[in-house]
Amino acid sequence: MRKTRWTNVRESAIRAFFFTCGILTVLVLLGIFATLVATAVPAFRDITPSEFLLKTNWDPTSPEKAEYGILSMVVSTLMVTGGALLLAVPIGIGVASYLSDVAHWRVREILKPVVEILAGIPSVVVGFLGIVLFGPLIAKVFHTGHGLNAANGSVLLAIMALPTIISISEDALSAVPAAYGEASLALGASRWQTLVRVKLPAGLSGIIAATMLGMGRAIGETMTVLMATGNARSFPHGFLESVRTMTSGIAIELGEVPYYTTHYYALFAIGLVLFVMTFAVNMAADVVLRKYQEKER
Amino acid sequence: MRRSTRKKLVQAAGFLALRVAMGLVLAVLVLFLYDIGRKGGGAISWEFLSQAPRRGMTEGGIFPAIVGTFLVTVITALLAIPLGMCSAIYLNEYARQNRLTRLIRLSIRNLSGVPSIVYGLFGVILFVNALRLGTSILSAGLTLGLMTLPWTITASEEALKTIPDSYREGALALGATKWQAIRTNVLPYAVPGMLTGTVLGLARAAGETAPIMFTGAAFYLPYLPKSLSDQFMALPYHLYIMATQHHAIQQVRPLAYGTALVLIVLVLGLNMTAVVIRYRLRRKRR
Repeated sequence: MRKTRWTNVRESAIRAFFFTCGILTVLVLLGIFATLVATAVPAFRDITPSEFLLKTNWDPTSPEKAEYGILSMVVSTLMVTGGALLLAVPIGIGVASYLSDVAHWRVREILKPVVEILAGIPSVVVGFLGIVLFGPLIAKVFHTGHGLNAANGSVLLAIMALPTIISISEDALSAVPAAYGEASLALGASRWQTLVRVKLPAGLSGIIAATMLGMGRAIGETMTVLMATGNARSFPHGFLESVRTMTSGIAIELGEVPYYTTHYYALFAIGLVLFVMTFAVNMAADVVLRKYQEKER
Repeated sequence: MRRSTRKKLVQAAGFLALRVAMGLVLAVLVLFLYDIGRKGGGAISWEFLSQAPRRGMTEGGIFPAIVGTFLVTVITALLAIPLGMCSAIYLNEYARQNRLTRLIRLSIRNLSGVPSIVYGLFGVILFVNALRLGTSILSAGLTLGLMTLPWTITASEEALKTIPDSYREGALALGATKWQAIRTNVLPYAVPGMLTGTVLGLARAAGETAPIMFTGAAFYLPYLPKSLSDQFMALPYHLYIMATQHHAIQQVRPLAYGTALVLIVLVLGLNMTAVVIRYRLRRKRR
């Protein structure tokens, strides 16, 4: 076939079309950021940024003086996320180690998709189970009136973060060169010693990245914490207290807020803070993951 | 000798701990599915699946929510699948290794980490307000579509990567243009894989609540939507309402369980279909 000028034009047009589709994701990401900034900025005509970030009282509908401090919500988010990681990281690394080093390969082939099922359960269902299963349990064990508190949220977020942590940690462990393990076994170390002193340290950066991705997911999760943590607006003092995270704060109030008021803009400002936090965590995870992939090569 | 016994003991204890961790995760999964299956199963009936809620949602079924979730997922698919496929074609077939390509890949990875409620906020501004689509099936579906996009791109690219370069080179050597090579020798083999990957993304989107709460999902609508610019009921949002916002929460608990079961069967069913198809495709290729 002879390539005419017409085919050349057509080929470039097709390439340009696919390029437009490709570049769209960049535009969406920039668009989300720009939209959040543009809608958050008007809030700061009435609120000073330091008041917004450092005050703990959030009461936009107060008849006397509306207050817009998000610190309680930020601390609640960090608390619930931290609790989730305390549970999910050891269990996740344990399961990843089990899958890569202990389980028979047939068992592993069955269990890996089973763990994936956990990732497929919608967050609203997990939140529902927090209300009907874990809530009453926590209330009984710790003698609190109801079980809708930070601890409940942490347990649920841990369950939701586990599949991410397990699968990426498992990848990291299986990417450790076989020679490392063999050398350790040849020197007389047990399989356990090899796992703990050789393989886990060698896969550490992957495990850290897995933890951070799990953390990003936990910070941004909305429905589970909205349903299971009780949503009290006060500053949190312990895991058995009801807390309101940034995501639930937005979810509760955005439905009722009048458009284009300071309150409305302030909710978008919370969204912006949330976006920046998850962006930072994900970028950090990305850098760590990239470093370790480069090292592997 | 004593040292080696100790070593064995430590190893046995360590491996036991790892097995316990695995057991714990499995126990949680079984507990979840068992509880929802048992208590939700009791609520399921033909009436529950085929009728609208009645008497302030204390009776009746979830039919409008099933229809709403279906319609929204169709819109999501219409946005996310073609765009995802085209982006993946660009990245895998055309893009060179340069700064711009790295920026695109970076954006995709970051988009998949953006919290779902932030997509909801973006949807309110862009679709509901700026494009004047109002709170509607269209706004909600497009919002979910944007959220699904990074997943469908990644899944489609995985499928394209499995096509050997010799397929492309064969066509090019015969004088085909780049697009002809892609169209005739790459896409026919890659599309099934691309579609199964995107189904996984759609399953996740169908179960999402936060992005649709403010872009179109309605508390209670006893009738079906008449057009794409109407509000709608959706299964995940309906479950949220029945579990936390209803005036007689204890009374409607069985209905909430039933909704949870239908939602989970739908989402996990889509998931498993995709996994099974993917497994078959891989076997066929070998």
